[in-house]
Amino acid sequence: MERVAIIGASMTKFGQRDAWIRELLAQAGQECLEDAGVSPDALDHLYVSNMASGEFEGQTGVPNALAHDLAAMPAYTARIDQTSSSGGAGVYHAWQSIASGASEMTMLVGGEKMTHKTTAEATDVIASITHPAEYKHGVTLPSFAGLTARLYLDTYDAPRESLAKVAVKNHKNGVDNPHAQFQKEVDLDTVMESPIVADPLRLYDFCPITDGSAALMFCPESVAREYTDNYAVISGIGGATDTHVVHERSDPTTMGGVVKSSEIAYEMADLGPDDIEVAELHDMFTILEFLQAEGVGFFDEGEAWKAVEEGVTERDGELPINTSGGLKSKGHPLGASGVAQVYEVYKQVLGEAGPRQVDANVGLATNVGGFGNCVSTTILEGN
Amino acid sequence: MSDNPPLEAYRYSDGSITYPGHPIGPDGSEPVDTVDLSEYTAEVITWTTSMATPPGVRQPNTLAIVEFDVDGEPVRALGQVTTDDVEIGDEVKAVYCDELREPGVGIKEPESQDWDGYRFEPVQ
Repeated sequence: MERVAIIGASMTKFGQRDAWIRELLAQAGQECLEDAGVSPDALDHLYVSNMASGEFEGQTGVPNALAHDLAAMPAYTARIDQTSSSGGAGVYHAWQSIASGASEMTMLVGGEKMTHKTTAEATDVIASITHPAEYKHGVTLPSFAGLTARLYLDTYDAPRESLAKVAVKNHKNGVDNPHAQFQKEVDLDTVMESPIVADPLRLYDFCPITDGSAALMFCPESVAREYTDNYAVISGIGGATDTHVVHERSDPTTMGGVVKSSEIAYEMADLGPDDIEVAELHDMFTILEFLQAEGVGFFDEGEAWKAVEEGVTERDGELPINTSGGLKSKGHPLGASGVAQVYEVYKQVLGEAGPRQVDANVGLATNVGGFGNCVSTTILEGN
Repeated sequence: MSDNPPLEAYRYSDGSITYPGHPIGPDGSEPVDTVDLSEYTAEVITWTTSMATPPGVRQPNTLAIVEFDVDGEPVRALGQVTTDDVEIGDEVKAVYCDELREPGVGIKEPESQDWDGYRFEPVQ
């Protein structure tokens, strides 16, 4: 099987944007075509990662709208919805379209428009993924984070401050990301004294609500060489699910989908956790960075908090995590996030990450939907 | 016997129990029976107090994941707690509530699901 290459990438400014979903998608899509040097009529497939444009904005059918706006007809289009992991699922489907031979040029655009809703309304749209037995109790994704964070801290005797240090680290990284919603450092006291959202977690343990989009261009490696000498390859990719009903897991601090998706990706790439030099993890909540760092095998269960305390995951540490600023400071426009994670790893392995650059030729991105319900893990290597 | 509806869990042919029930159990076996969890007490596994609640939900909203022991078989549930004075390891009982959340205010169709259910109350 020929390897699948990524030959171009783009992302818009993340944050509170005036643009609506059609415009956001078109902006990232047009910039990705230009970055890759690909003509719209060369696209065989065009995928849109988006969770809820209908629920947020009343606009459905967004892949067809994007195809028309970019003059990409008659490319095959589809919308990929896998909740918060729609972006990573889009990467999986784009990879599959090339790997299967069905397409020789696929563009993926992920985007979401959210900030026109109140926090309560946006939280409810996202909470609608839950089972009716959960939803009627007013369960939200932040409340799952509070439940799990308490159990993690209690089980592993980890200090509350270790979670705050994830926020401090990722905000520091985000300062150097011009696309980030918050290019602003926060200190430990600010995090620890911020208002409680889901006890024991506080405001700065949570990512913001965000508008934005990001895009990637995929083709077979043989085609990539016709366009550029500087491309990345997807050497491993895997997707997996865990229970829909979160409380049915015997250990909520173990994310089964993260474990399984990374195992599949490592096996395909013939690599292991020790080979990864930079990673983007889905830090929708600070606790998720611990659970995923353990799930993908960087650290043993209950040990990730120590790595953060020791600076291992800082940008100048042994294993930099979330050099982009993560969802925490970059923002989390649902369908765009998984695409933007791969954008960051792509820039890192090509040596194009500017002030955020670390020494890395192999990188990993894990994108999580729900509370670990749906997961995809992608491993990229520079060529 | 109470007139309240049961807190209904499914028992599968391999002996496992889940709340809520599913057409197929965790290890692929079919449901053979139901269990009313409101007849049992449970232990608090973890809890949180959610301050940022969605439309139609009480604020603050204290929630817990609890584990019932049904004749040696563990089964977990998640639900509202009657108080914010709760700790990991507390024993709780299920208390019926006819409206846990106001229907028709949030995004879900009011007719698509039930809105009554059970809260957990620490046993003194």
